[in-house]
Amino acid sequence: MHKLFFLVVAFQFSVFAHAQDMTGLVMKVKAKLDQVNDYEADGNMKTDVSFIKAPIGKVKIYFKKPNKFRLKKEGGISLLPRGGVSVNMSSIIATNDFVALSAGDQVVNGTVCKVVKLLPMNESSEIVLTTLYIDEANLLVRKAITTTKENGTYEMEMSYGSFAKFGLPEKVIFSFNTKDYKLPKGITLEFDDNEKALTEAQKLKNKKGRVEITYTNYIVNKGVADAVFVK
Amino acid sequence: MLTLIQIELYKIFRRPRTYIAFGAIASLILIIQFGLKVDGKSYTDFLMKDIGGSMVIDGNIINGYLICYIMLQLLLVHVPLLVALIAADMISGEANMGTLRLLLSKPYSRTELLLAKFLAATVYTIMLLIWLAILALFLSMWIFGLGDLFLMKSSYVVLINQNDVFWRYAGAFVFAALAMVTVASLGFFLSIFAENSIGPIVATMSVIVFFTILSTLNIPIFNALKPYLFTTHLISWKEFFDLKVNDANEAIIGSIQNPQRIITSALVLLLHIVGFVGGAIFIFNKKDVLS
Repeated sequence: MHKLFFLVVAFQFSVFAHAQDMTGLVMKVKAKLDQVNDYEADGNMKTDVSFIKAPIGKVKIYFKKPNKFRLKKEGGISLLPRGGVSVNMSSIIATNDFVALSAGDQVVNGTVCKVVKLLPMNESSEIVLTTLYIDEANLLVRKAITTTKENGTYEMEMSYGSFAKFGLPEKVIFSFNTKDYKLPKGITLEFDDNEKALTEAQKLKNKKGRVEITYTNYIVNKGVADAVFVK
Repeated sequence: MLTLIQIELYKIFRRPRTYIAFGAIASLILIIQFGLKVDGKSYTDFLMKDIGGSMVIDGNIINGYLICYIMLQLLLVHVPLLVALIAADMISGEANMGTLRLLLSKPYSRTELLLAKFLAATVYTIMLLIWLAILALFLSMWIFGLGDLFLMKSSYVVLINQNDVFWRYAGAFVFAALAMVTVASLGFFLSIFAENSIGPIVATMSVIVFFTILSTLNIPIFNALKPYLFTTHLISWKEFFDLKVNDANEAIIGSIQNPQRIITSALVLLLHIVGFVGGAIFIFNKKDVLS
């Protein structure tokens, strides 16, 4: 009986210790990201959503601690997935108020990553669960899957270049589920019938949307005015 | 010939009814601009409630380019009626006033007289569209500013870069001119059969309303008929505002989704113009003019 008790206690400690390890890793990644107080960058944004026809657009991206983020197309219109304020990693790991659990290792684009499940302690948090794929050697998040209460699940895949030392990506691919889009023809005043019906297979394929942002010309910690974030 | 056209233009612009169309277009555009300036956000919020479920839109959507598009959609359905007011009166008006025989006693052939009248009606139609462009496009650009054009169609949305929009409007207005001249040629054709203005004006409007309903009805039995109705092709100006996408679903700047449709529609409309004007000349040359 005593043996069994010790075994259970030992197992509890090992799980706890493991969870501690992951928190440590996440905190290290956070510390790396925390070097950046603000940044601005140029970027190219490609929107691939079945019901949107948009060309690749030149955008300007601004970030300021703790979680101010703005993606702006000069004089133009930009389309971002709902919940898109989290297009940056810093806002995903903005607080220390989480539990980090290990979920093994996985390879993301040729890099072995630690899979960490991030559970927020605050019950009113919009984020329900975040899974991070952390490149332990470089302390970089290669992939993140976030499930939110209101805006569904979205996935971010990051690749890094010269600003990897700050944890800033060179390219982010943002995948998300789209809802149906349909407006009555009476509202759009389209009375011609020139739209081809989508096949079921296309419809299913088209449920997934993608926004791809390629970052260039980062300017880090040089100050960004608050006015930039006012819409 | 030029003198004949000048005389016909003088006749058109001397009549108060000519200015009804210009006044109607101006007041409609100004009222829409006022409404959208005051409460445009509510209008776009209503339109975007579907796309808003998945996407967040950032930027100035209510800009001059979108306002112009909204107005063209609303007005280009009704401008044919204003065109008919003048074009369908070109011959019948003379017959009604008893000046047609006098006109034919001039040292010009009937064909020359008819062509001069048709060209004068064409000038009026084009001036109406220039007026529409000044108010709907340039005034809106001045009041609402410039920006990307964000169009919400029934099953997809199109985002056109600001610097890729203006040439599309130029093309759309040229196409609209062709469409309205087709309407003018129909009114002109019908005007040779009557001796008062009301008949051909109402007949032109009736033909347009009847054909437009047939063009828009989505009943399979009428679908085979649609390509042959000129009203189906009147709205092809909208094709200028649809982008082609590549395999990666990237919209191609400077492209048109279906240029062939614009060309086909333009040819169909040109054929109608030639048919109506040619028919009018042929019938009028054989007609015994008694009024």
